[in-house]
Amino acid sequence: MKTHSQASDIFNQDEPRVDWHDESLWFIRQKRDKAAFAIPEWENLRDIASQIKENVLANMDTYLLEFEEKAQQNGIQIHWAADAEEHNQLVLQILQKHGFKKMVKSKSMLTEECHLNPFLEKNGIEVIDTDLGERIVQLRNEPPSHIVLPAIHLKKQDVGDTFHEHLGTEKGASDPQYLTEAARQHLREKFIAADLALTGVNFAIAETGGFVVCTNEGNADMGAHLAKVHIACMGFEKIIPKAENLGVFLRLLARSATGQPVTTYSSHFQKPRAGQEMHVIIVDNGRSTQLGREDFRSSLKCIRCGACMNTCPVYRRSGGHSYHSAVAGPIGIILAPNLDMKKNKDLPFASTLCGSCTNVCPVKINIHEQIWKWRQEVINEGYAGFEKTQGIKLMNTVLSNPKIYRFAGKMGRQTMRFAPFLVNNSLNKWFKNREMPAPPKESFREWYLKNRNNNKNEQ
Amino acid sequence: MKVGLFIPCYIDQFYPQVGIATLEVLEKLGMDVSYPLNQTCCGQPMANSGFAGLTKGCNANFIENFKGIDYVVSPSGSCVLHIKEHLHSAENKEQAEFLQHQTFELCEFLTDILKVEKINATFEHRVGFHNSCHGQRMLGLSSMSEKVGERFSKPLSLLKQVKGLELAELNRNDECCGFGGTFCVTEEAVSVKMGKDRVADHLSKKVEYITGGDMSCLMHLEGILKRQKSEVKIIHIAEILNSK
Repeated sequence: MKTHSQASDIFNQDEPRVDWHDESLWFIRQKRDKAAFAIPEWENLRDIASQIKENVLANMDTYLLEFEEKAQQNGIQIHWAADAEEHNQLVLQILQKHGFKKMVKSKSMLTEECHLNPFLEKNGIEVIDTDLGERIVQLRNEPPSHIVLPAIHLKKQDVGDTFHEHLGTEKGASDPQYLTEAARQHLREKFIAADLALTGVNFAIAETGGFVVCTNEGNADMGAHLAKVHIACMGFEKIIPKAENLGVFLRLLARSATGQPVTTYSSHFQKPRAGQEMHVIIVDNGRSTQLGREDFRSSLKCIRCGACMNTCPVYRRSGGHSYHSAVAGPIGIILAPNLDMKKNKDLPFASTLCGSCTNVCPVKINIHEQIWKWRQEVINEGYAGFEKTQGIKLMNTVLSNPKIYRFAGKMGRQTMRFAPFLVNNSLNKWFKNREMPAPPKESFREWYLKNRNNNKNEQ
Repeated sequence: MKVGLFIPCYIDQFYPQVGIATLEVLEKLGMDVSYPLNQTCCGQPMANSGFAGLTKGCNANFIENFKGIDYVVSPSGSCVLHIKEHLHSAENKEQAEFLQHQTFELCEFLTDILKVEKINATFEHRVGFHNSCHGQRMLGLSSMSEKVGERFSKPLSLLKQVKGLELAELNRNDECCGFGGTFCVTEEAVSVKMGKDRVADHLSKKVEYITGGDMSCLMHLEGILKRQKSEVKIIHIAEILNSK
C-alpha cells in the first residue's frame, strides 16, 4: 500500500488533470458558499446541529434503545453488529434465509467501510451499486474516491470507456446524456431482477423508529419499493432524537454537500409495506472506542456531507484514493486512525492544518484540531520510525538551546553562501521544485546587537 | 508599556530585514521595544510533527526570555498561534498563561491594541495579499470565505492606509499556500502544487509583490517564484508598513 504522500506524488504527475480535479471540487465548494450565504442564520444552524449531536453522543445508549423499541413496534427487525464481520454475516444470513442471489444497493459508506461487496460476491451473491457514480467505480473495480461524489476523479471520457467495455455503448462516446441513458436502462433491469435492496441511513429517529435516506437519483426508493426485503445499514451515530431535528439537518446536509437547497429525494421509511420485510442493522465497528476518546468523540457528529473534502486544498490536489480508506479527506483523517492506527499513521500528516474543513463542517467538528491531536497519538504510539524521531530530536536540541541554535544558524547560512551545492541537491526535497531562500550575511540578532543593544542584555 | 519583540527562528536566520522592519514600525509608533537575546523558536516544528512532548525546552526558554514584558509582538501569525495554543509550563503556569494571552501578531497588535488609523508609509506598487491560514482562520485576523457573517480584514485595513499601494483582488482569497511546516517536504508534490496555484492566482492579477503576515508562507511562494524565474517579489507586510 502506498502512503498518502507516495500516492499524491503519482497523482500529481498529470498536472492538467490535477487542475481539472481541483476546479471540479472548487466549483462545488463555491456552490456551497452561495447556498450557505443565502441563509442569514447559517452559523446559528450549525451551532444547533452541533448541540443536537452533542446530546446524542452523551445519551447514545438511551436513544438507540428507544429507536429499537419504536422500530420493532413498527414491524422493523433490528439487528446489532459489533464489527464489520458481524454486519456482513447478518446481511448474508438474511439473503440466505430467503435463498436470494441478487441484490441492489444504494449509497452506503458503511458498507464500503465493512467491505461488504467483496464478501457477498465471494458467497455467490450479485451486488449491484445503483448510485450512478458508485456503479461507474464498481464496473472499474475501484473504491469510491469521495463519499458524496464517488466518481469525481473520473472524466466523462473515462466513463465512456468504462461503459463501452461493460455496457456496450459506442466506442469513444462521452456525451453525458447518452451515457446516463445507457446506465438507466442497465440499472432498470437490475432493479427489476433484484430480490433484496440494501440502503444506507442518513438519519434514524429515536422517537418514531423511522429513518431517512437521502439521494439525488431516487435509486434508494426504486430499490426498496421493488424488492421483497429491504435492509438499511447504519453506523450507530446516525441516530437523532426527534423528527423535528430533521428541520435542522436536512437544511444543512444538501447545502453543505452540493449547494442544493435539499436533496432531490429525502425518503422517510417508517414500516414495511404489506408483504415486505424490513431490517435495520445497527453497527458499532470501532464507534464505541471513538466515543470513549475524549479528544475525538465529536468526529461521530459527522453527517457525511463531504464539504470538508470539497474545501480541502490537499484533497483537491491528491484525490480520494490517496487516503487508502473508505472515507477520504479531512474527516477520513480523523476517523481512519481509530479503526487502524498502524495502517493509517500517515493520514494525520496529509494536511497543512489550514482549518478550512472546520469552517465548512455543518456540525462544527473541530477537524483540524483533531488532526493535530492524532499526530500526537501516532507519535506517542511509536509509529514515527527511527529516522524521523532522531531528526526531530536533533532539531529540538538545536531549537531549544540558544547557543547551539546560534552556532547552527551561522554554520547553515555560511554553508549556503559558500558551498550552496551542499544544500541545493537532490537530497533536499525543498529544492526539487523550489529555490532556497538567499542566506543573509547576518542574522537579525547580529544586526540588533550592532544597531540597538545598549548593553541592556547580556551578549 | 514594555513590548518584547519575538522574532521567529527562520526570520532571524533568513529574513533579518523583516525583524528590522517590525522593530522600526513599533519604534515609530513610540513603543519601548526590546529584543530578548536568547530567544530561539516557539516549538511549533516539533509539536506539529506530533512531538509536542518534546517542546518543554522551547517553552521554558520562551518564558525565561519574555519575563517582565507587557506585550509580546511577532511578525508571524503561525508562531503566535502556537504560543497562544500550546505554551505550557508546569513550573511557571501563571507566566505561561500570561504570555499566551499577551502575545500578538503584528497587524493585530497595531489594529486592536494600538488602534492605529494612520500609517505613515508609501509603497507605490501593485500588491497581492496572501492570507495565511493560522493568522486568518485561527487568530481571526480577517473574515473567512467559508463563514457567513460580516467581512473584515485587519491586515488589509492597514495596507489601505499605505500611500500609493494598489491592492489586487484574487480569485481565491484565502486558499492555503501549501507550506504547512514539515508538510512542505513530507508531502512535497501537493505542497508544491498548492504553492504554484497560489502564485498563478497572483500572477494572473499582474501583481508586482506578494505580501502577507507570515514569512513561512512567503518563503515557500518565493521559492516557487524564483524557480519560475519570475520578476514578482515577496515582501512581508511589516516591510510595507515601514516603507517611506
